[in-house]
Amino acid sequence: MGSQQAVDEFLAEAEELLEKLSQDLAELGEGIENGEVNPDLINGIFRDAHSVKGLSGMFGFNDIAELAHHLETLLDKLRLGKVSLNGILLDLLFETIEGVGKIVRGKAGNPDFTIDIGPYVQRIEDLLAGPNKNPAVSLKTLNLDPSLLNVLTEYEEHRLQENLSQGRLLLLASVTFPIDSFDTDLSDVISELKHAGEVVSTLPGVANDDPNRLAFRILFACNLPLEILTDRPNLNDCCFEVISEAATAGLKPESFEPAINPGQGPPPHPTSEDTSLRSVSHSVRVDISKLDTLMNIVGELGLVKGSIAQVAMDLSEAGFSQSRDLAKAVHSLERRLSELQKAVMDVRMVPVRQLFDKMGRIVRRMAQELGKKVELKTFGAETEFDKLIAEELADPLMHIIRNALDHGIENPSERLTTGKPEVGCIELRATQRGNHVVLEISDDGRGINPEVLRQKGLEKGLIGPGDHFSRQDLFGLLFHPGFSTRDDVTEYSGRGVGMDVVKSNISALSGIIDVESTYGQGTEISLTLPITLAIIKALVVHIQGRDYAIPLTSVLETLLLEPDMVQTIEGQEVIELRRQTLPLLRLNKLFNLDENTSTLGEFVVVAGFAGRRIGIVVEELRGQQDVVIKSLGRALSFVKGVAGAADLGNQRTVLVLDVSSLITDSLRGDTSLHV
Amino acid sequence: MKKILVTEDSAAMRGLIISTLEAMECCEVVEACNGFEALRALPREKVDLIITDINMPDINGLELLNFCRSNPLYQQMPVIIISTEGSERDREKGLALGADAYLIKPFRPEELQQLVLKLLY
Repeated sequence: MGSQQAVDEFLAEAEELLEKLSQDLAELGEGIENGEVNPDLINGIFRDAHSVKGLSGMFGFNDIAELAHHLETLLDKLRLGKVSLNGILLDLLFETIEGVGKIVRGKAGNPDFTIDIGPYVQRIEDLLAGPNKNPAVSLKTLNLDPSLLNVLTEYEEHRLQENLSQGRLLLLASVTFPIDSFDTDLSDVISELKHAGEVVSTLPGVANDDPNRLAFRILFACNLPLEILTDRPNLNDCCFEVISEAATAGLKPESFEPAINPGQGPPPHPTSEDTSLRSVSHSVRVDISKLDTLMNIVGELGLVKGSIAQVAMDLSEAGFSQSRDLAKAVHSLERRLSELQKAVMDVRMVPVRQLFDKMGRIVRRMAQELGKKVELKTFGAETEFDKLIAEELADPLMHIIRNALDHGIENPSERLTTGKPEVGCIELRATQRGNHVVLEISDDGRGINPEVLRQKGLEKGLIGPGDHFSRQDLFGLLFHPGFSTRDDVTEYSGRGVGMDVVKSNISALSGIIDVESTYGQGTEISLTLPITLAIIKALVVHIQGRDYAIPLTSVLETLLLEPDMVQTIEGQEVIELRRQTLPLLRLNKLFNLDENTSTLGEFVVVAGFAGRRIGIVVEELRGQQDVVIKSLGRALSFVKGVAGAADLGNQRTVLVLDVSSLITDSLRGDTSLHV
Repeated sequence: MKKILVTEDSAAMRGLIISTLEAMECCEVVEACNGFEALRALPREKVDLIITDINMPDINGLELLNFCRSNPLYQQMPVIIISTEGSERDREKGLALGADAYLIKPFRPEELQQLVLKLLY
């Protein structure tokens, strides 16, 4: 269990858990703002913190385990209603998770890495020392079989008490299902119930009369009157028993979401006086994974359409007269499909404002703690991109902004002496360019001195003394793992574990990151990201018996490659294209395919990303196709130059090239991407 | 080969428990990531021992335990419950319901292995 591999796996796992924790906390924050906090969410957060603690304890990382333990204690009190949920508590949770994250990331580089967790623990203890909430009401008054209470966890007991004290209608639903299909049947009932209230717990048992059936009792706190509930088609088989009557009418219209029963007609209509039950809001909150599923289905429909089109063509070649009608139908299917695809894509789009708001909070808090004066200006907050990208972007963006605040912006006094306004300025700017969104983060701080970078690069042996490096190359050093220009380390940044992580996060999103800085005047970092990740149009190319897909958004043009066009400059093959030099990349070399056939009649696919271009040499162009990119999974995440895999619809899987990493790596002269 | 059903909703924890058990090379592991899956697995697999986390959504570990104890088919089946430091009440309830042993997270792999050996062999 102590092997390096196991430790690495643990750290990766922990980081994933922590990411999920921060996302859930953000959702919790939204919940606080809207006044609708989902107890399941809090319990989920508690369980994740609990996993972090359990795992790190078993790996002997006592610092993580201890901090996670305090986090868990706090969350336990929260889920059991012993402390109240507010902005202060939420901030504390965020801070503590950041602290745990810091240790985890540190240990990835050096297992002995640790930080002083004292201040974190102190803050938690201070908060817990505050006044506790009132003790809960007794459950003894309930019309409930006491043996049932024996199987409830402490948390479930608390939820029961909480619902009781809020005067909700408490029900015990009994239902039996055949042993073969109980899980789907039961999930249907539970999800139906969850639309109408809170499912506290589900108790399995054996049906008295039939050994082939399982009996379930579901403890349920209901927002609706019982009559409405029993009308629901999915709940027809349930038998309800009232454990505690609702205190008033038991209605809470603001938290009622109408249940949707696809294929079963509209939900039963409420009686006339219940019209207030209708939801006022016209928006629906949907789990992002459902949208992913939808997106995948749309993508796969596209593949099916592709094979129908192929059949139509075959039929036409074989001289079948109806093939024209079929081709027409395929054509109109194609149009509808692309409309559907666009509509699904639209649903996933969120304005970048959410992200900007988050950054605003970070800037305020950090500026205060660092004793700096900073103003955050945002532009283009209405620019939209895929929700998934927005989520994944939060961490890298936070790193960049921390760096800007910590390293970039000077102290007020220092700013005044250099003739700058006392209040520093950080600008966030989002603009859409074609299929990409460009995010620029600029500050008017002290900037980066390329000479300092050169010195540091020399010290760390990243560059040789005689090497010629352009400004841009020197800035590129910032993204090297372990490269930090600061000798001191603050709580926020300066450990050199920031920018390389930022870069790999951005690359994982098929994005590109650039730095530009004027020493003494400020730094600008720009991120170029695709608007969406899921479905893309791709150019399928063929080389040495293999097909690859190149995202069409990065393909600028294709041309025929005549052998005499190729020149070699410093060992790099290039061609001249409209008076500009275009470096060539041979896929057969890149992927170590057989090299002997590099003189075949070939094509060049000119691919560009963020203003840089590269020519990918291939044997054959196979045409355009819609593909759904699937990730290769974490185990293969080290493979560079490949964004994922896609199914071409005829049971053939191809690799999708990651143009941005190909460009960055080949322009650096590093064409050995294989490992 | 004895068969052990591991019910745990945290994927990471489940993986860790399974690899600890598999390292013993004397048992086969069936995994369930929630109470539903455990209930499904029970009649299909001939399980010899259940290891279950207590705190799980919907069907919790105590309910799973109670189901076994009230069902003649599984009444005698050894059950190890896994609870958390600080949740003494849950643990006491589990023991009252007839759990054979408990583990408190975080536990050392050897603790789990010893318990399994004691209960199965």
